[in-house]
Amino acid sequence: MTAISFILALVGFGLVAPIIGCLLAGLDRKITARLQGRVGPPLLQPYYDVRKLLAKENVSVNRFQDFYIAMSLFLAILAGVMFFAGGNFLLVVFLITLSTLFLIVAAYSSRSPFAEIGAEREIIQVMSYEPLVILMTIAYFLAVRTFDVGAVFGLSQPIIVSLPLVFIAFLFVLTIKLRKSPFDLSYSHHAHQELVKGITTEMSGKTLAMVEVTHWYENVLFMSWVGLFFVWGSWIGILVAVIVALTIYFLEILIDSNFARVKWQAMLKWSWLVTLVFCTINIVVLIMVS
Amino acid sequence: MSSTIKSPWIIHYDASSCNGCDIEVLACLTPLYDVERFGIINTGNPKHADILLVTGSVNERNISVLQQIYEQMIEPKVVIACGICATTGGIFKECYNTLGGVDKAVPVDVYAPGCAVRPEAIIDAVVIGLSILEQKRVALAQGKLVSETTAECVTAADKIVDGQTVRAAALKITKG
Ligand code: SF4
Repeated sequence: MTAISFILALVGFGLVAPIIGCLLAGLDRKITARLQGRVGPPLLQPYYDVRKLLAKENVSVNRFQDFYIAMSLFLAILAGVMFFAGGNFLLVVFLITLSTLFLIVAAYSSRSPFAEIGAEREIIQVMSYEPLVILMTIAYFLAVRTFDVGAVFGLSQPIIVSLPLVFIAFLFVLTIKLRKSPFDLSYSHHAHQELVKGITTEMSGKTLAMVEVTHWYENVLFMSWVGLFFVWGSWIGILVAVIVALTIYFLEILIDSNFARVKWQAMLKWSWLVTLVFCTINIVVLIMVS
Repeated sequence: MSSTIKSPWIIHYDASSCNGCDIEVLACLTPLYDVERFGIINTGNPKHADILLVTGSVNERNISVLQQIYEQMIEPKVVIACGICATTGGIFKECYNTLGGVDKAVPVDVYAPGCAVRPEAIIDAVVIGLSILEQKRVALAQGKLVSETTAECVTAADKIVDGQTVRAAALKITKG
């Protein structure tokens, strides 16, 4: 990763990602509404929501919450910039996890019972997907022989060829990362009246707007992780990656609309099971072949 | 048009409604009326909400709850009284435990009468509420918004106009 690529990624991801993230979120709400036989909000609704939140009165429960949320946003942007600058994949993973941890700390800092339940559920979600994410980086290293994301452009075939099972496990866990049903335990975009809005209970106005924008950045980053599996040394790879990422996103919306939320025990059990079985087989095979 | 009126988030509180009006409020969210078309979301959290929909009359038990929900909402905010019970007390007005309409507890911006209030009337009331919300947003941006408090309401006279949705006369936005 050079300074030039870092600056390019900073400008590119920093400015373009929220636009794409906002459109993806709008598309999500639109498609979900259509699946339920409704017309749904305008495509730019997430943008209006954030603008509205920014116009609200400034109220914070304490002095620290805004700082934690701002850190969460900053780290999500930094993780995305590192990724698109072709930086270290392991570092990207750690940065994005740290971003989530700041969100958890922000929820805890309000000392509200609802926010604390939300924070605890978020921790369980992190516990559910983190083993997969770590194993995925290891598998990535075995396939590419470096942790650098930029190295995929030097490959003769996309890493999906050597990591098909890891990809399937990643898709399973992606539902948790995107906060989609059946794994939307800590923060759902649908069930607004329930406990699951927990983690943001005490957040309002600008703070909540920052949480939303962080989601936009995160979603774009996670969809790029999907794309990462399909990129190789040719420009067609990027095209394939975009198409696959959009297809997967649509699939996630479909899953979101069709499944009821599961209990956290089931989420933890299934995500660990899928992670261990699929990733272990894939990694063992990869080691034996090479 | 500012984003404030494109994304009104609602919180619904059932004061002591017979559930008739509650069902009509929820009917607005169904595919038939689909108020999410206008960016309306039913949140369960006063800190996220812009519009407070109240159904049913106020009594000694729930007045403090209602006032607390109102106080927790963040400016700019609008209160809509849904149904004749919320407007004046309705058929429960003479009951020994009923204090009267919602304006006995919190400052009401829009009244939507009816027993039960029709979903169309609720949507009309929300649309009127949005213009008030926008005025309050502008006032807030200019630093002129005087937050109404629940204390002023206890003596508020019955402001009932029959028929269509009506806007409350008392809209205190600016200081001067
Ligand atoms: S206005 Fe009628 S339907 Fe609504 S709460 Fe009162 S009695 Fe029930």
